Amino acid sequence: MQFLSYLVRGISLGSVYALIALGYTMVYGIAKMLNFAHGDIIMVGGYVVFFAFCQGGMNPWLAVILAIAACTLLGITIEKVAYKPLRGAPSLAVLITAIGVSYFLQNGAMLLWSSEPKSFTSVVSLPALNLFGGKLQISAETLVTIAASVVIMVALIWFVNKTRPGHAMQAVSEDRGAAQLMGINVNGIISLTFAIGSGLAAIAGALLLSSYPTLVPTTGAMPGIKAFVAAVFGGIGSIPGAFLGGILLGIIENLSKAYISTQLSDAIVFLVLIVVLLVKPSGLLGKKQTVKV
Amino acid sequence: MAKNKKMNRTARTYLTSFLLVAIFYGAVELIKFSGHLTSKATGLLIPVCAYIMMAISLNLVVGFLGELSLGHAAFMSAGAFVGVFFYNTAGASLPGWLSVVLAFVIGGIAAGIFGVIVGVPVLRLSGDYLAIVTLAFGEILKNVLNSLYIGVDSAGVHFSLKDQFSLNMEPTGKVLMKGAMGITGIKKFSYFSVGILLIVLTLIFVLNLMNSRAGRAITAIRDDEIAAKSVGINLTSYKLMAFVSSAVIAGLSGVLYALNFASLVAKKFDYNLSINILVMVVLGGMGSIPGAIVAAVILTVLPEMLRGFSQYRMFIYSIVLIVMMLFNRAPAFVAWRQRLGLKIHTKKNGNSGSTAEDGKKEE
Amino acid sequence: MKKFICVAMTGALAASFVVSASAADAIKIGGIGPTTGPAAIYGTAAMYGEQIAVDEVNAAGGAVQFDWKFEDDTHDAETSVNAYNSLKDWGMQILAGTVTTNPCLAVGAEAVNDNMFVMTPSASSQDVIDTGDNIFQICFTDPNQGTASADYISQKGLGTKIGVIYNSSDAYSSGINTNFQAEAANVGLEVVANEAFTDDNSTDLTTQVQACKDAGADLIFLPIYYTPASQILKAANDMGYAPKFFGCDGLDGILAVDGFDTSLAEGVMLLTPFVATAQDDATKAFVEKYKEVSGGDVPNQFAADAYDVVKVIAQAGEQAGITADMSASDICEALKATITDPSFSYDGLTGSGMTWDASGAVSKDPKGMIIENGEYQPIDEAGAEASTEAATEAE
Repeated sequence: MQFLSYLVRGISLGSVYALIALGYTMVYGIAKMLNFAHGDIIMVGGYVVFFAFCQGGMNPWLAVILAIAACTLLGITIEKVAYKPLRGAPSLAVLITAIGVSYFLQNGAMLLWSSEPKSFTSVVSLPALNLFGGKLQISAETLVTIAASVVIMVALIWFVNKTRPGHAMQAVSEDRGAAQLMGINVNGIISLTFAIGSGLAAIAGALLLSSYPTLVPTTGAMPGIKAFVAAVFGGIGSIPGAFLGGILLGIIENLSKAYISTQLSDAIVFLVLIVVLLVKPSGLLGKKQTVKV
Repeated sequence: MAKNKKMNRTARTYLTSFLLVAIFYGAVELIKFSGHLTSKATGLLIPVCAYIMMAISLNLVVGFLGELSLGHAAFMSAGAFVGVFFYNTAGASLPGWLSVVLAFVIGGIAAGIFGVIVGVPVLRLSGDYLAIVTLAFGEILKNVLNSLYIGVDSAGVHFSLKDQFSLNMEPTGKVLMKGAMGITGIKKFSYFSVGILLIVLTLIFVLNLMNSRAGRAITAIRDDEIAAKSVGINLTSYKLMAFVSSAVIAGLSGVLYALNFASLVAKKFDYNLSINILVMVVLGGMGSIPGAIVAAVILTVLPEMLRGFSQYRMFIYSIVLIVMMLFNRAPAFVAWRQRLGLKIHTKKNGNSGSTAEDGKKEE
Repeated sequence: MKKFICVAMTGALAASFVVSASAADAIKIGGIGPTTGPAAIYGTAAMYGEQIAVDEVNAAGGAVQFDWKFEDDTHDAETSVNAYNSLKDWGMQILAGTVTTNPCLAVGAEAVNDNMFVMTPSASSQDVIDTGDNIFQICFTDPNQGTASADYISQKGLGTKIGVIYNSSDAYSSGINTNFQAEAANVGLEVVANEAFTDDNSTDLTTQVQACKDAGADLIFLPIYYTPASQILKAANDMGYAPKFFGCDGLDGILAVDGFDTSLAEGVMLLTPFVATAQDDATKAFVEKYKEVSGGDVPNQFAADAYDVVKVIAQAGEQAGITADMSASDICEALKATITDPSFSYDGLTGSGMTWDASGAVSKDPKGMIIENGEYQPIDEAGAEASTEAATEAE
């Protein structure tokens, strides 16, 4: 029973990672860039929900929608101002700019909202699920987060495979030049990707903070990196892979905290990552890349 | 300019690199001699030297080998901790200069060993794996060092990965490494000339490596791995050579850095530091050694120059960083600068800097 | 173009690093702490605290007047030394810093070389004052807090099975924990769970709480800052686990966290020298001024400690007769002699009758407080005295 409840805690954390990783993997898959500012967009989403819902008393649904709108707008703006001018430059240059944007958002948030922590009120107001006569408790936040990440994952898979913009995304991801020649508006597709990724970040922010309520300007940084690792773990660019990677990462992290060492849980997570990559370099569900000569 | 023959370009890289270091050294010594060097500038000298070495070291991996490392600070950390641990313990009974020299040697070797451990399994694979694995390695090392306690008493040496209490030390015992507190009470050894000497040695080594037979093989691997393989170049061993050399330089830089401060903590060498060094390399122009030197100086000094803005300091730094990247790298800006008819390094650096992979992706 | 920028930047660099002399009529006091980055709450609080104290000292118009400047160190030793050097260039004669422990160790070593008087508001490791005889603390040392907490818990019989949750990547937290463990073994407290977290894996702290619950701990000792503590309280509440919670001075501030449900903190005990809700005039006036300068925040113990540091220096300075034209080293000697003199004592926000010995450690009373109805109440007077004895013994 103890093991089960640790497992549930792991899944709870993992579902948050999964949600963030989905955004990461979308942007990486299509725009071929590691958007290191993704975690900080989560933080901004968190602040929007905090001020609208926790302090403003707005309806939680409306607050989350407001956050999605704000983050989408923010994502598109960042893409236009900081990333788009660098299209055609080495991909590392964009990576560095993304880091600049990450610093910008963190420090901007600190100036705007001070570094004093805010304690978040959960946007989920359902009771926890008690199993086995109360011995195993699964919080409503966990259930909602898992449900949200599954729904979003399915929706993304549907979107990418079944819709016209989704096909265009796949084309851009495969071969940007060829896609352009086929008349696809590459810049538009990339902007759309950022919009979707940032909107997802807002949802992730609200759910991350509902489960783990401390909100500071650096809130998004570490979950962002972990989610990136989760995306790599599952196979970067793969949507189900990001989900699976996130869940597994959360489970590994919490089980190693419970049974091995609380201090070294991160070390263990990263060690598992290295081992997985050495055995299966493309990640758990990643596509094997063939190099054409 | 960009059409110059290779030999000329090599000669110019040598010349610019050493000239830059000479000017840096000369200017500092001159201001110091005239008594106008501020405390702030004096305090920055050694960190700047260490970061220059780090930038050159990472440039070897990113610009020269064409692989991405997101955990380069870990090698700096390994060198710093091992070197300083020796310096603080065994080195204390040796004559001063000998313990410093040995600290450098041991720190460098330790970082090199970690380079082999990371490099051997990873460099066999091609792709972005090195980036992820070095990131992971950096986090692992930081976490382990952060919870590592070492103490010594009459019963011998005690280790713990939990806390100081679990060392079970005698009350008279001495704790040498205290987890999050790291190593404290380091006797400072900071001489600007030593920093410069290390930079010069690094430059000689790296430039010679680049222009040796091995260096040409490494360049060939970067530009086209399959073609290189087909002419019989042993990919893994050449990649490993560049990677381990880079790790050793990072280790030396770590020792230089750590000896400049009284306390050393693992937290310093986190992912953010790795990224900062990467910023230096990219900003300076991947593959360009003089560029890396200048960028290392600017990026170390910039946050200090912004002190007048107090709380807005890091905010402004982030904007400057974005603007510098756009200005330096955005194709529109590059074209605009070219239209102005100015002689620009960027074009050349941009070409030699974009690795084979970037080329593939971007074209 | 690029070259031009390089040249311009180099020029600017050179210009910013050339010594410029300045005349002085007020004593230059510097402060260092993280005002950006993840530890910014602590440094910012200390900065405002110092600012209020300096304004008060100057407004009072005594013999000692201060010219004050606070520099950011992002909780990093290298940046902290840069900040220190930068303040030295400005002409700093006394340092009221550094706020956090690791940077303070690095800066302390520099200050020992310069024989600069240093009093830190909150760098609480024993190593800090061991660095040199010119370095003083106004906060309790970690050994002191850890030992006092264990003694207090055992004497008052607050718990029999103790769980500990601490931040192993933080010098303050792991320092207190080490000494708590040692003293707990001495006084026969049974520690059933000793759970760590790090700055990097602190997103989810439920596993640690669960481990304490599974081990049957009836009291959880939290030698951590209030941000993660608020999360632990919520996690315990969510899993229907209600042990007693006992913390140190880092826990103060928990009631002021924006959006925090203060009913979760009901019954939390802490050993702290300062509480923002205290009803004495000095504290009330301070809280009011703090809200003004910070834009509405409630001061935590860092702010109060930093405030006291400046006030102690002012009081000792007047007694020692320091003047702005003295060198930093002369001021240091004068202050050292005055402050360690047995006749010197200071009453401030974080304690009354504070005295210092040559080691640099402060001697003052920790107050045992309990949170009731969203307010701090003293646990009782006897308890506070008992822990004072323990604190004195620990030195």
